[in-house]
Amino acid sequence: MKGKNALAVDIGGTFTDVVLQLNQRLHATKVLTTRDDPSEAVIAGIQQLFKESGVSAEHISLVLHGTTLATNAIIERRGAKTALLTTAGHRDILEMAFENRFEQYDVNIERPTPLVPRKLRIPIAERVTANGDILVPLDESSVQQSIDLLLEEEVESVAIGFLHAYRNGDHEARVADLVRDRMNSVPLSLSSDVCPEIREYERLSTTCANAYVLPLMSKYLLSLQEKLNALDFRCPYLMMTSGGGLTSLETAAKYPIRLVESGPAGGAILACVIARELALDQVLSFDMGGTTAKLCLLDQGKTILSRAFEVDRTYRFKKGSGLPVRIPVIEMVEIGAGGGSIAQVDKLGRIQIGPESAGSTPGPACYGSGGTEPTVTDADCVLGRLDPNNFAGGQLQLDTPAATQAISTKVGNPLELSLKDTALGISEIVDENMTAAAQSHATEWGKSVHNRTLIAFGGAAPLHAARMLEKMNLARVIIPEGAGVGSAIGFIFAPISYEVVRSRHLLLSEFDEKLVNEIIQDMREEANAVVASALQFSEEVTETATAFMRYVGQGHEVTVSFGADSINRQLLQQNFENTYTELYGKLIPGAEIEVMSWTLNVSTKTQGIESVEDSGHDSASVNESLKIHELVDIHGTHKATVVGRETLSPDTAVEGPALITEKHTTTVVPLGYQVRKLIPSNHLSLERMST
Amino acid sequence: MSLVGNIERQLVWDRLLAIVEDQAQTLMRTAFSPVVREAGDLSAGVFSTKGEMLAQAITGTPGHVNAMARSVPNFLAEVPISKMKEGDVLLTNDPWLATGHLNDFTLVTPTFLNGEVVALFASTSHIADVGGRGFGPDANEVYEEGIQIPITYLFKQGQVQSELLRLIRANVRDPVVAEGDLYSLTACNNVGAEKLIDTMNEFQLNDLSNISDMILNTSRVAMHQEIQKLQDGTYRYDMTVDGYDQPVQVVCALTIIGDRIVIDFTGTSGVSRYGINVPLPYCEAYASFGVRCLIGNDIPNNAGSLAPIEVVAPAGCILNAEPPCAVSARHTLGQMLPDVVIGCLSQVLPDEVPCEGASCIWNPVLMSDSTASMNFNAPEFVINPIFNGGTGARVHKDGLSTTAFPSGVRTTSTEVNEITSPLVFLRREYLKDSGGAGKHRGGLGQIIEIAHTHKAPFVLSKMFERVQHPARGRSGGLDGAVGRVYLKEGEEYSGKGKEWIPAGATLVFETPGGGGWGDPTSRTESMIRADVESDLVSQD
Repeated sequence: MKGKNALAVDIGGTFTDVVLQLNQRLHATKVLTTRDDPSEAVIAGIQQLFKESGVSAEHISLVLHGTTLATNAIIERRGAKTALLTTAGHRDILEMAFENRFEQYDVNIERPTPLVPRKLRIPIAERVTANGDILVPLDESSVQQSIDLLLEEEVESVAIGFLHAYRNGDHEARVADLVRDRMNSVPLSLSSDVCPEIREYERLSTTCANAYVLPLMSKYLLSLQEKLNALDFRCPYLMMTSGGGLTSLETAAKYPIRLVESGPAGGAILACVIARELALDQVLSFDMGGTTAKLCLLDQGKTILSRAFEVDRTYRFKKGSGLPVRIPVIEMVEIGAGGGSIAQVDKLGRIQIGPESAGSTPGPACYGSGGTEPTVTDADCVLGRLDPNNFAGGQLQLDTPAATQAISTKVGNPLELSLKDTALGISEIVDENMTAAAQSHATEWGKSVHNRTLIAFGGAAPLHAARMLEKMNLARVIIPEGAGVGSAIGFIFAPISYEVVRSRHLLLSEFDEKLVNEIIQDMREEANAVVASALQFSEEVTETATAFMRYVGQGHEVTVSFGADSINRQLLQQNFENTYTELYGKLIPGAEIEVMSWTLNVSTKTQGIESVEDSGHDSASVNESLKIHELVDIHGTHKATVVGRETLSPDTAVEGPALITEKHTTTVVPLGYQVRKLIPSNHLSLERMST
Repeated sequence: MSLVGNIERQLVWDRLLAIVEDQAQTLMRTAFSPVVREAGDLSAGVFSTKGEMLAQAITGTPGHVNAMARSVPNFLAEVPISKMKEGDVLLTNDPWLATGHLNDFTLVTPTFLNGEVVALFASTSHIADVGGRGFGPDANEVYEEGIQIPITYLFKQGQVQSELLRLIRANVRDPVVAEGDLYSLTACNNVGAEKLIDTMNEFQLNDLSNISDMILNTSRVAMHQEIQKLQDGTYRYDMTVDGYDQPVQVVCALTIIGDRIVIDFTGTSGVSRYGINVPLPYCEAYASFGVRCLIGNDIPNNAGSLAPIEVVAPAGCILNAEPPCAVSARHTLGQMLPDVVIGCLSQVLPDEVPCEGASCIWNPVLMSDSTASMNFNAPEFVINPIFNGGTGARVHKDGLSTTAFPSGVRTTSTEVNEITSPLVFLRREYLKDSGGAGKHRGGLGQIIEIAHTHKAPFVLSKMFERVQHPARGRSGGLDGAVGRVYLKEGEEYSGKGKEWIPAGATLVFETPGGGGWGDPTSRTESMIRADVESDLVSQD
């Protein structure tokens, strides 16, 4: 990163975070997201930082960007008018989905509305079989008729998805040519290109989601580029993807579905960088914002990568209530637990938290903007974890009586609990939900949370991190520099990378080294081309190859890593058996093994932090230190010292009970814990004191 | 601890709910039988040392769950807690002691802490083949339906009982799948047990007795309160279903007395000569689900929330069939029971209950005909895909098209079906006009056309319902379309039994639609227009 001045922008649902890394210093700001034209907030944030730091666009060597726009377009169904050309006889794949109810005990559920309505799911006479043979040749006259319909309906984006196209994409390619001949400008998304993987519902869902957000995203990316150019930016722009890698604007505009979870991915990358910097082998990253908490496991500074993600979980964030997309994603668990999550009492007298959130309007009751529902932030306020006079750098005066009122009326009184017990109960339940999610996620991946170091960022995480440590019996949490804008900082360190997939079924007993090497070479060429297009100068790249393998007869594959240039049957079998044992304990004696799909990821190296000196330039004026504040926790009521983060000196530890305040968050240090500033990184390390 | 104990107990309860979900996920990921791994035909739960179900995974299917809930006491009667050793795993597939047919294997694993049993983990999965005639309704006695294992040890103090496995392997058509699934069940119970011990250590618990009492009491009291809100009385509802060779009358009287519900099936037809008979635990499972999905449906399912519901079916009736009745396709009748119970409840909760739907899943067994395979040089195969019809209209909205209810299973992917068999699914889409018309329309069924890529003959085992008796509409809504099984070349089949599909023929299924609610002429213009525009309903 030496000498590189990078600007990172993370557009979230509520806030747009802009971070400027300038000669090893960080400048950061949060501005409200402008929904109609998101680039406005971006430009406003940039100009604010330019003013503050005194630099201008020509000093910037790289712009990095992540956004939830694609996700929001899907959630709010604001995407393009999209058509799907699909195998005749199968036009309802997208809507029939898994034919299940994601909630057993509710007869009134609604299944997600498909992104393409039935009348625009247009049957094409053609059929490819499971082994790639042509059973029914493509009927080009039926394609021409469908193009008439596309024109008549003024369709803005076209997805093409045929059965078994992951195996043989010729028909899709031919139809694309025919469409292009008559509709020059309409963007096309082919399932054999966007997601060449077996299982038609997931493949088509991904392809249609890509088509649905494509016009909007490419328009936005273009408009942003123009605005940046107008500000005299002369540097390259790269986009953050959900897989934790950066990619070029051109690739992002072609596969915008790969951008959906970019903000959280940035946070995970930041955690990776810190884990390597501090040589932490086992880490749990904990990102808690206004609406959700994201928890992610890192081993040896690496996240788990997977290909399963769900957008728009409409029913209490419940698995299965959203639209599946198969894209490279950093595996993490996301639950409806944030500062704005609302607490209520169910009919069993149990406190339930979220997933409904008070959002930014009206926001938690203590914001004093008319919110009457008790939220996690209200509980934090009542428990003394927030300094009412110095919230958000003093921009917002917290209304403690309003928080008290909301908590007592909606939760305390029905349960006949005191105010403090109620607030503690709310905090405990949300902490427990996050703990359970982390543990369950670890189990799912054959891992455990034991002995991990927590890395906490996002506005609400440092308030809850210490209690999470206690619950998981961990020893230490790191609160990064700039914790409140962690995702955007993560972008700066992300590698340039691209992952491709191929579904090619292969029995291990019939392993064909030549065939597999051909598949790998094919993927390598595609991935290298994309990575090269985003590189400013040639850089060393690494390859990570995986196979999705299972015992013949099983329905779910395990992800097995292998070296792309040294693949052989024994190695694959050995790696499969190691992974299987790690996940499920026992191998199945004598069962045959098969590979369903292959992926190859080509990536530059993740940047490391090289002596970021004196980066404590948080622009907020923070309070004078040594104020005393009443802090309530599960062990009792304490007198806590309030200390501004920038006043901490590296050689003195502050013992709890204490609050460490900064512009975008507060770190709670309970009795029995101490916090110190690390040099040279300026991260905080909060640790349990030996007794 | 300054916090009230109740909140800590809530935390442990929440943890138990998370643990059984992990248990179920492990089972799904490691299972071999396609209906388990792809479709979630399974159940998982944790039980007190008295055999009371404390928590169940939402993943899974009600027929399994509630029946499994009743099976754990049967294990305890055979092997009391005092005789259990660390590393023991018990199993059975007895239809009357567990979940209703021989394909379902239930495993129970005691969890030890400091040398004492603190809980039991149980799980059930559907093993694709257990020998006999194969999965289907054609047998006349349970002895023809496959191998039957009484409650016995699969592992004894960690040692696998290899003689038992040899015996099972020798009796089933796909021994790898059967053995793999038994390992998968063992693994999922172990995952649950490990996490439970972690939790108990974390909360410094030596046993679960206080927690169990709290969970069961809270749930029971809440369920009683919900029932108390309902008008006392006896509500009757009857339904005629196809049966195998003759229609079956299901007669039901649901009585609400104060804070309890009694569901009585007296008057229902007697047992069948074929494998559609229902053992009592399976009848109880689906009948109580009919109540639980409407009344107190946000109260977690456990022994406490199930306690206020009593199910009565006289011995010898088809819903309390005793050995040696054939029971393999007991789900065809069992899955119709929620519709009957909901029919009774429509008189108490007229604004909340849905109409009748397709209800029974359509899960044909499609397999090679061994002799024909040799002649046509076609590969051996067996697949058991799952297709669904439409659910009944809800009072305030349309029914769900092609969606499983009451079963909790998912469908299987066409591409996966085709990669694991030489069949090709030429068509699979919504079936126009199959939903019962109404102010709110019933969900649509689907049409599926299947051919053999080698044009070889193949075998079909049918266990379908609503081929003769449609899902009925309510409050002026019309009936859903009946299901059909036929050849494109012309021949029409019944809903049950085995058929040989001739060489080169195309087999067609039409799954039933759901019943409609309310007068069709009162349907809004915009809803009619949307249906016609989507070509889901004909223009008239």
